[in-house]
Amino acid sequence: MASVRHTVALVTVVFAVLGLLAAPAAAAAGGPPPPAAAAATTAHPDAAGSPLLLAQSGDEAVQGTLRDAEGEPVEGVVITVTTAGGEVIGEAESDAEGNWSLPMPGPGEYVATLDQGTLPDGAALRDPERDSLAFELRTGQQRTVLFPIGEGGTVGTFLDSVLAQTLSGLRFGLIIAITALGLSLIFGTTGLVNFAHGELVTLGAVMAWFFNAPAPRGVGLTLILAGLIATVLSAGAGGAIELGLWRPLRRRRTGLIQMLVISIGIALILRNLIQIWFGASSRPFFDYTIQQPWTLGPLRLTPRDAAVMLLATLTLVGVATMLQRTRIGKAMRAVADNRDLAESSGIDVQRVILVVWVIGGGLAGFGGILYGLSENVSYLMGFRLLLLMFAGVILGGLGTAYGAMLGSIVVGLVTELSTLFFSTELKFVWALVVLILILLVRPQGLLGRRERIG
Amino acid sequence: MDLYELFRAGLNSAVGPTAIVYALAAIGLNIHFGYTGLLNFGQVGFMLVGAYGLGISVSIYGAPFWLGIVIGLLAALVLALLLGLPTLRLRADYLAICTIAAAEILRFVFRSRPATNFTGGPFGIPSQVGGSGFSGTWNALNPFPSGTYRFGPLAFTHTRLWVVIVGWALVLLMVLTTWALMRSPWGRVIRSIREDEDAARALGKNVFVYKMQSLVLGGMVGGLAGILLALNQASMAPDQFLPQITFFGYTVLILGGAATIWGPVLGSVLFWFLLASIERGLLDSGVMQSGAVGPVRLALVGGALVLLMVFRPQGILGDKREMMLDA
Repeated sequence: MASVRHTVALVTVVFAVLGLLAAPAAAAAGGPPPPAAAAATTAHPDAAGSPLLLAQSGDEAVQGTLRDAEGEPVEGVVITVTTAGGEVIGEAESDAEGNWSLPMPGPGEYVATLDQGTLPDGAALRDPERDSLAFELRTGQQRTVLFPIGEGGTVGTFLDSVLAQTLSGLRFGLIIAITALGLSLIFGTTGLVNFAHGELVTLGAVMAWFFNAPAPRGVGLTLILAGLIATVLSAGAGGAIELGLWRPLRRRRTGLIQMLVISIGIALILRNLIQIWFGASSRPFFDYTIQQPWTLGPLRLTPRDAAVMLLATLTLVGVATMLQRTRIGKAMRAVADNRDLAESSGIDVQRVILVVWVIGGGLAGFGGILYGLSENVSYLMGFRLLLLMFAGVILGGLGTAYGAMLGSIVVGLVTELSTLFFSTELKFVWALVVLILILLVRPQGLLGRRERIG
Repeated sequence: MDLYELFRAGLNSAVGPTAIVYALAAIGLNIHFGYTGLLNFGQVGFMLVGAYGLGISVSIYGAPFWLGIVIGLLAALVLALLLGLPTLRLRADYLAICTIAAAEILRFVFRSRPATNFTGGPFGIPSQVGGSGFSGTWNALNPFPSGTYRFGPLAFTHTRLWVVIVGWALVLLMVLTTWALMRSPWGRVIRSIREDEDAARALGKNVFVYKMQSLVLGGMVGGLAGILLALNQASMAPDQFLPQITFFGYTVLILGGAATIWGPVLGSVLFWFLLASIERGLLDSGVMQSGAVGPVRLALVGGALVLLMVFRPQGILGDKREMMLDA
């Protein structure tokens, strides 16, 4: 299986890069130099046996970390939390690490107010108008509320925020692109719109979380090793679904629309089994959670996000090279182009489809780990991403691998840049609006070939 | 575990308002998917605009109740037109992706802070907003004196009995409408589009217009389901309109039998009977706490959907030849 060897080699290279980046990242976070020990020191503040992390519903809390412009913790600042109606829930004071937290009575809408009089000299809110932040708490959620602190009066220019949002849009787009690639390859070779693809993303992230979590809850490996295992297992899951379900169904000549509905059923099963096991709350990984960002002019980028972007780019380049250069990559493109012609020219179509599922599953799982690293891990993350993947894939041209990459990056950029003008709550809406607009104007997508799709 | 209690829980659910709402939603899906072959995965979006059309016009703008109902149905009609225009000329899977995306767009927008003045944000529109609210006239129309009504194992409060009676009457009306439509020339064209779109086009039928009419019709039945849902709860909130409602609707439809007149109704009754008794059984036997039932129930529905689609895509009443769909 030359193709599988290629994939493994690719994944190994990718994780070697993550390893290289991890060392400076850990050092920047203030941990001692050996990377092995760094995992323990940079772990999430709640990881030390606190019941907060394993919370179910009824354990709602709000928390945050106050750091000044140099990244130093700010101590002794008082934060008051009230209900949306103005009823005081309680007060919290930031400790020597700048952390504050307050248990909350239940889900609902609240307002956190920072008492600016308690800020030490030389520190002020970056935007003094924003001393009150309204937030919504879901059942079982430990919500993080951040008050950006600067030296006072250093409100960024509009251009700075454009650059910052472009960077985070690019990061998000790259993550969507990795996961959407598999979706697009699967559609290209089998014609199946796989609604369960989001769950493969969640599966990768949740497995990585399990291998990464300390002993009673998980295995306690470093995130790099955990991610490597989870990616391989996700690839295996993709292959297993193909062998156990889709191949027999194709043999029974099940219609494509029937298969689409079946994939929705699979998605419901997987998502809810994951929820039963993982719980409804969203949790971070245990490594690289608190990092000092690098400052590049107006841009601030944590080493973690830099690693995410670099790994995502390398993966995309790797897959593109495989599609262009290797035998199996060419076979995949041939099957996607014209299945009957490919079969009659001696390509083993069933084997190609299996490889596509293995690669698609691995890419989805790996994308899920990167997504979990830049946001949090939750049972719904894959489904949220699925609609954006669809948007990216259709924008680029359904079934084309390069279109999926391009479309996804555009979707990521649209999502993040929209927050400059519109409410953050609506950022996913704009990506979906783009999806519907492109269908009106250019239904074959940006890179799709003009053909009858009606 | 008392088997009679399981039966009673199941029966109450099977004739109750939830089963009615899903029967209506599935009748709409039946027109789309069963008869026309349209993959509408955003039926919940039609339900949302139906419910909010009523709620916003009556509770926020003080419109009369009956005008609110009309506005709710018109909102579903407009949504169908907006969705149909870009996608109905394309392959079936484009419609599937666009409809599910549109339903989520609507939910995000309706629960967002900028829309709070119109939609009530994440908390939606409770009954007391705007005086007696959107359900005031509905409750005033209720002819049953307050109290609990028992029919053998069934028990209803007077408000629930009112919803159930009107609801089943509406279901019956929609079933009759589908029956009449599908034996008309229009119904034959619709089915021929499902079987072979190109053949229908070759016979000079404007396939796009027929598909659009089908999308509008089924969508308005979905809007009606949303209105009934809101009236039953006397409130509405955006997060009640999650994508899985549509997936439940598909399970209901496929269980009963797509492209059959009584399939959606039989499917809904059977689905809610089974779901409620299984849930009751799991709770009573102490296998799990009430918090864990939600995901277990969803996973069970997913499993049922897969098994049905693999082994009996025509459902209980259907004809397998009518389910040989391809994208």
